[in-house]
Amino acid sequence: MNVLKETRLVALRTHVLKHNDVVARSLREEFLANEVCAISLVSSPGAGKTALLEQLLGRLILQYHVAALVGDLATDNDARRLGRSGALVRQITTGTICHLEAEMVRTALLDWSLRDLDFLFIENVGNLVCPATFDLGEQIRLVLFSVTEGEDKPLKYPTIFNSADAAVITKVDLAQAVECDLPAMHRNLQLVRPGIEVLEVSAKSGQGLDQLLTFVEQSRRRQCPGT
Amino acid sequence: MHELSIAMSIVEIAAAELRQQGGTTVAAVHLRVGAWSGVAREALQSAFELARVDTALDRCQLQIEEVAVAMHCPVCQCERAIVSPDDPRCGVCGSAASEFVHGRELEIVALEIET
Ligand SMILES: [Zn+2]
Repeated sequence: MNVLKETRLVALRTHVLKHNDVVARSLREEFLANEVCAISLVSSPGAGKTALLEQLLGRLILQYHVAALVGDLATDNDARRLGRSGALVRQITTGTICHLEAEMVRTALLDWSLRDLDFLFIENVGNLVCPATFDLGEQIRLVLFSVTEGEDKPLKYPTIFNSADAAVITKVDLAQAVECDLPAMHRNLQLVRPGIEVLEVSAKSGQGLDQLLTFVEQSRRRQCPGT
Repeated sequence: MHELSIAMSIVEIAAAELRQQGGTTVAAVHLRVGAWSGVAREALQSAFELARVDTALDRCQLQIEEVAVAMHCPVCQCERAIVSPDDPRCGVCGSAASEFVHGRELEIVALEIET
């Protein structure tokens, strides 16, 4: 016997990651209310994200209350390394998940008092694909890539570069040695993310660190006008 | 594999809608996925087959409509398709975009609910 089934079409216009968006929005509101500038960092593994963050935390800690969440698949090496700067550091172990989600950030922040913070850095898992789709409530998303990764990196990963607020080209001390065409790198960045601010830094030589520091301080003043 | 998180979210939203609307099951979910959404179609289909197991959507199909990247061209002064996904310049005059207007979509547009 044939059972007749009726199907009706229900129109919906919902972002697939609705739940993540809701959590991210409430985090963003909390950051704003507590005058915390939240900056996330995304990059491929090996782009020098932790080395750069280590430098940045070490300098900011002299003047500000700084904390960092570090997304990692398993080990806590990065978190321990960053903790030496004196900043409040907590690891988020993601296990098999290759990106952070807003809920993980919220959980990690539960027993921290945002009111006592000026900066919160969120280091995403080393990956240029998966983190692109998930809003973490950050006010600034920094995408990092090194001169050794090739000029066409932004064209290969347009989603993450397009979602970023600023780009940081790392390991510029190696640019000549690896024959990196920096102007082409800048052109490709502007192609996928028109108007993006780009900084060139080297955690090793210290080049560009002052500019990066200025950039994050300005970001804080823009995001938290009361400060 | 962020597609699994995305597939689980689709199942969650569709199941909630089914409960609210009333019905026996969801036969299909219609999605719009941008070329720059960061979601790989094949990976999402396989992830969805895993995510729907033991839920009210266990026979549900995923119908994916792909949305191409579109930009606003400052020279043509209108919306244009890009040359190709890895060459995001104006498909007509080759200029760089002033902004992108499509391509990041990741949304559920409709559900087919069986009564
Ligand atoms: Zn044009």
